[in-house]
Amino acid sequence: MASTPAQISRPDGWALLRRNRAAMLSLYTLGFLALAALVGPMLMPEALKSTSDAQFLPPQSAGHVLGTDLNGQDLFYRLLSGARVSLGIGVAGAFLSLVIGTLYGMVSGYAGGKVDAFMMRATEVLQSVPRILFIMILIAALDDRVKDALDAARLWAQDAKWPAMEGFFRDAIPYSRILVMILSLGIVEWLTMARIVRGQVLVLREMTFVTASRAMGQSPWGVLKKHLLPNLSTIILTYLTLTIPAVILDESFLSFLGLGIEDPAASWGSLLKDGAQVINPLDSKWWLLLFPAICMSVSLLALNFLGDGLRDAFDPKSGD
Amino acid sequence: MLPFLLRRAVSSIIVMFCVVSLAFVLIRSIKGGPFEREKTPAHIVAAMEAKYQLNGSLWQQYLAYLGRLAHLDLGPSAKYRDWQVSEILAQKLPNSISIGSIAFVLASTLGVLIGSFAAMHKDQTADRVAMLGALMAISLPSFITGPALIALFALWLGWLPVGGWGTAQQMVLPALCLSGPYIAYIARLMRNSLLDVLKSDFLRTARAKGLSETAAVARHAAKIAILPVITYLGPLAAHLLTGSMIIESVFNISGAGSVFVNSIQNRDVFLLGGAVIVLCAMLVLFNLIVDLLYTVLDKRIKLHG
Repeated sequence: MASTPAQISRPDGWALLRRNRAAMLSLYTLGFLALAALVGPMLMPEALKSTSDAQFLPPQSAGHVLGTDLNGQDLFYRLLSGARVSLGIGVAGAFLSLVIGTLYGMVSGYAGGKVDAFMMRATEVLQSVPRILFIMILIAALDDRVKDALDAARLWAQDAKWPAMEGFFRDAIPYSRILVMILSLGIVEWLTMARIVRGQVLVLREMTFVTASRAMGQSPWGVLKKHLLPNLSTIILTYLTLTIPAVILDESFLSFLGLGIEDPAASWGSLLKDGAQVINPLDSKWWLLLFPAICMSVSLLALNFLGDGLRDAFDPKSGD
Repeated sequence: MLPFLLRRAVSSIIVMFCVVSLAFVLIRSIKGGPFEREKTPAHIVAAMEAKYQLNGSLWQQYLAYLGRLAHLDLGPSAKYRDWQVSEILAQKLPNSISIGSIAFVLASTLGVLIGSFAAMHKDQTADRVAMLGALMAISLPSFITGPALIALFALWLGWLPVGGWGTAQQMVLPALCLSGPYIAYIARLMRNSLLDVLKSDFLRTARAKGLSETAAVARHAAKIAILPVITYLGPLAAHLLTGSMIIESVFNISGAGSVFVNSIQNRDVFLLGGAVIVLCAMLVLFNLIVDLLYTVLDKRIKLHG
């Protein structure tokens, strides 16, 4: 029996993608941004990162390239750590939704019949529910629980005499909102992915190599894993790229409303909220709004350009 | 037609029932109820909970709430004393609905027009510019475009007022800002769908009999190409209703968005439940109208009961 998964022949999507200049430029931009977010804060002097009395310094003053914020922290540093949080939540949340959506779509499409009808009806119901509302309720419901769980983990590490682990959990508690956001967004955002994957599975399951594999006695899970998943990979990648900006957008939306990321953590959305709170017509602290807005716009545009490019390359029929 | 409507009514009630149950159970399972404040003694909290039927097991509370709903009573607000949920909603909803409806009209008309224009000029500069603009409008969050629009039209050009609510001029910017991403989305939808239709045989016939391209599109193609847009109108209403939350916060408008945010933060379970019910009812109604509209536009579709 063939151990390599069968592939459906199609024009080489990667070549198409490489020819798409906007998408490639977006890819490089995102790579650069991610690298800067990961490495940048490590290279900055500690004195810049900490809070100070130098509130609201305008850009280009006293070593602060982009100025300082309400707590006298360097805005450039806040932007880079915000990039970690925003992009991190985007990727992790989208990944969680990918796992849920792919599993759901594969099971629904492969099972077919009544199971499929019921499962798809359920997604329609969920689609008609305002998404943001349920994310808000989930955040409220998960917040205390995640904090309690982290605290329990800290106590467990204390008992196990594992000081490094204990310190890790203790430091993680103020940042628990990040985990809460990933969970809440991931739990809610999987509907599109499920629908797309199901559609593909419906086509794939009728293909000869799938029928052959079934006839040879492969179990349904075996077929899903060995034959369907490899053929779904590019489409999953495409919609993953399009889900990331959606998650980032929702995260920033909630943080902007004050329901998402909280100090000491920062995301671009929460930085914008902080900037919007201190703005007034007489003395506008424009840099607190402008720079987070630029970061956010550039990365969202790049992600959408890349997602569109991937979709044109690998899923040309879907359109919108 | 009648069986279809009946089935729809039953399934809508089931959907609303599920959504309300989920919201109730989730919000009641959170630590800290609506009456707990730092200095409130425990027996007062217990008395308040008894008064609002929020005591006993979660199951009992849920049944009591359902009983109240069965009498078409949304109940009192647990946070704002002496206010009924229906009164709060009646006060806050109209603002959201008026921005939402203006945005809805803007999104559907402008979206269709821009999309058709782009499709008819495929791969020309106009199409490229329109689609680039559409991608930007989809990508950028409204709390960035909102202040940018205020800065441009209100502060710099001085055409429109910076804030306030009530006059037509004051509604333009919020509605434009709210509808922006959806104008873009519909434009993309319409463009792709019209491009498909433009290739079809009946359009070749229309052109062959001497109709101009514009007339052919307006009289024949648009009717078919608009169907995916019609399908999207249902979800659009849902997005506009929740999207208005952020617009209301950016433009300082007192609407339903703040009701949602506050009800979750205050654990005001009845207010949240009531708001969810009204929102879902509006969406269900909207989807029904869309389905009916579909049959009018496309005679091939029959609604089966």
